[in-house]
Amino acid sequence: MARLPVSGSLRNQLVVSLIGGAALLALLLFLVTRNFAAQVAQEGQDSILGAAAASILDAAAIHDGQVEIDLPYASFSMLANASDDRVFYAIYRDDTFLSGYEGLDAPANQADGQPTFQSTEFNGADVRVVTDTRTLIGADDRTQIRIVLAQTQDQLAGTLERISRNAALLGAGFFALAALLSFWATSTTIGQLKTLTQSVTRRGPQDLSAFRKPVPTEMAPLVTSLNSLMGRLDQSLRQSEDFIAEAAHRVRTPLATVRAHAEATLQRVDKAENRQALRAMVRAIDESSRAASQLLDHAMITVRADHLTLQDVDLAELVGDLVQRLTPVADMKDLDLAFQAEGAVPILGDPVQIQNAVRNLIDNALKYAPPESTVEIAVWRGPRPNVTIQDRGPGFPLHEMDTLTARFKRGRNAEGTIGSGLGLTIAHDVAAAHDGALTLENREGGGACVCLSF
Amino acid sequence: MRLPVILMLMVMPVLAYAQDWEDRRLFNPSASGTVLRILSSTDTAVFAPIIEAFVAETPETGVEYLVTSTAEIDRLFRADPGAYDVVVSSAMDLQLKLANDGYALRLNDVAHPSWAQWRQSLFAFTAEPAAIVINRAAFAGRDIPKTRQDLIRQMRDHPEIFRNKIGTYDIRKSGLGYLFATQDARASETYWRLMEVMGGLGAQLYCCSGDMIDDLASGRLVMAYNVLGSYAAARLVPGGALETILPSDFPITMMRTAFVSKDTGASGAATGFVQHLLSGEGGDGGAEAPLPPLDSASQGSTIVLEPALMTFLDTLKRRRFLTEWENAIIQK
Repeated sequence: MARLPVSGSLRNQLVVSLIGGAALLALLLFLVTRNFAAQVAQEGQDSILGAAAASILDAAAIHDGQVEIDLPYASFSMLANASDDRVFYAIYRDDTFLSGYEGLDAPANQADGQPTFQSTEFNGADVRVVTDTRTLIGADDRTQIRIVLAQTQDQLAGTLERISRNAALLGAGFFALAALLSFWATSTTIGQLKTLTQSVTRRGPQDLSAFRKPVPTEMAPLVTSLNSLMGRLDQSLRQSEDFIAEAAHRVRTPLATVRAHAEATLQRVDKAENRQALRAMVRAIDESSRAASQLLDHAMITVRADHLTLQDVDLAELVGDLVQRLTPVADMKDLDLAFQAEGAVPILGDPVQIQNAVRNLIDNALKYAPPESTVEIAVWRGPRPNVTIQDRGPGFPLHEMDTLTARFKRGRNAEGTIGSGLGLTIAHDVAAAHDGALTLENREGGGACVCLSF
Repeated sequence: MRLPVILMLMVMPVLAYAQDWEDRRLFNPSASGTVLRILSSTDTAVFAPIIEAFVAETPETGVEYLVTSTAEIDRLFRADPGAYDVVVSSAMDLQLKLANDGYALRLNDVAHPSWAQWRQSLFAFTAEPAAIVINRAAFAGRDIPKTRQDLIRQMRDHPEIFRNKIGTYDIRKSGLGYLFATQDARASETYWRLMEVMGGLGAQLYCCSGDMIDDLASGRLVMAYNVLGSYAAARLVPGGALETILPSDFPITMMRTAFVSKDTGASGAATGFVQHLLSGEGGDGGAEAPLPPLDSASQGSTIVLEPALMTFLDTLKRRRFLTEWENAIIQK
């Protein structure tokens, strides 16, 4: 069978889009979590810095125009942390440096008591700086005290690293879970398609009935189309079989009439060349008639394959009857029909069809067997009930044995012999309908051996 | 590598001459390799065993040990951080500020409990309580004071015994004295009352613990307040003249700290020396007055190594504190 052209894979498309989406979401989750946590961590440091700055400003006082700031021990104590971050500060009075680290300066952008935060660099380290102001009111003047307090960010960096690690773990975990889920979802979805494919594949060659098993909504249109396609196929197949049967039947009757006229004319004609022509005519009519009846047989078998009328039959008796009926035909050709059976051989089958098959096989043997020879027919009981028909004809061409059961296929050595090429096909189809087999062999010493087993 | 060594050798004598050291000693002068310059406030006699044990372990290293006051250490080191390899001082606040200002090298290989180090660059290696040392003879027949309150009471009751015979640090000159004073003041108001009383009795002011102990031994003092107990231990023969009291109301314990200069040319040897210091080897071997090891520290009383130590170094706060102190102790 030709390989169906394939474009892409549903499974891959699903997996790629689901996993891609999951990766994107995981990345987003990681970034959002980390940014949010970093913001919270920075706010934590800021709030401590702000409180420290406020406590320092709180300790400022003005005495006789002299600013005094009793730097609270706790203001720096609260800045102590596990990473031992460095602390820098500077105190300004109206932008004049008073105390602390000279060079550390940052403007206060807001009103008193509203700390301003910024990140900058001081003394070779990244620092977070808070600036806050307080206006002191002395006896006769106002003065603004500004505190600039800075802390290195080692602790924050450590926290951020920890948070990033956790956020990364969270993202990775989410991704792994989503990937697993997408694999599961994909195989479940694809699984439905597989189930349908299997139930189509498993069907017998003649089974064109509609699918009745429930399928997911999305697949219902496909299955409906499939069913309607098969319905039409079944219908047209039946129509064509009916047509063949009808045609064969219609051809057979007038042929019989023509043959009777030819026979009658033959009796009255004396001229040798006319008799010769008439004989040829009769033979051609026979051939056509036989082909028509085989076509009819074949059509019947095809139609009946779906509705076999199985019943208990005795294979030996069935074949015995047939042999008896065909004995006159054999006599006319100077052939012997030898029948042999080992008692009754009961099987479950369609008697009409089995007779049909066996008759075609015996016909073949009669056709190819040389004059004065014997066609041996035997019915055996086991291991599987079977009928063998053997003759001393030319046998089957070796390299064609596999294809001989195809419709209208005749062996190369059959030229010159009357035949339609349907005999073996009919026998084969009957065997298949009964779960049996048709075996073709060549006999030792010449001749064919056909075995029909059930 | 050679040029800096030569330069250092050339500059060293100049520095040594220029600087008036309290003490200066070269250990292992025959050393072939590096000579570590250690700037310290600890008396050579106390520290020598530690250095001797170090040079015995690493014979290729020599040590030049330079002793000066804690305040002077801070000034000298800030002026030229590259001239010294290791700085050892009892003034925790000054040491911490040096580390905070980025003068200390981070030693990530040194394992030390977190409460005894700061930023993995400043390492504490002793725990030394501030003590009241008395001349036992002066307290004959009376209870030995156990707390600062006891001491105040006794001084008020018997001013004649104490007048001009009591001593304490001049906190304007001594960094350690200033550290003890500020921590005392932080702990309790009692400190100010004590200073008032001592000022009223004409307290003598000293630069160093050693001098106070000398005067106690000679009988010129009957009591010294906030002396380093570890220095007094040498004179504490059983039944001797002196007795050390660790005030039970609120003890204050100082941790001697060391760090390696960020500009050191011999970070390997300097780190080795700090590790040797922390290991405690040689600390108690052979010395008359061994430095109390770190594990003797009671956590509650120990001054915490944290940035808050810097608050009392603030110009405004220091000026204010010294004014108050002067008002209390110097009464004309």
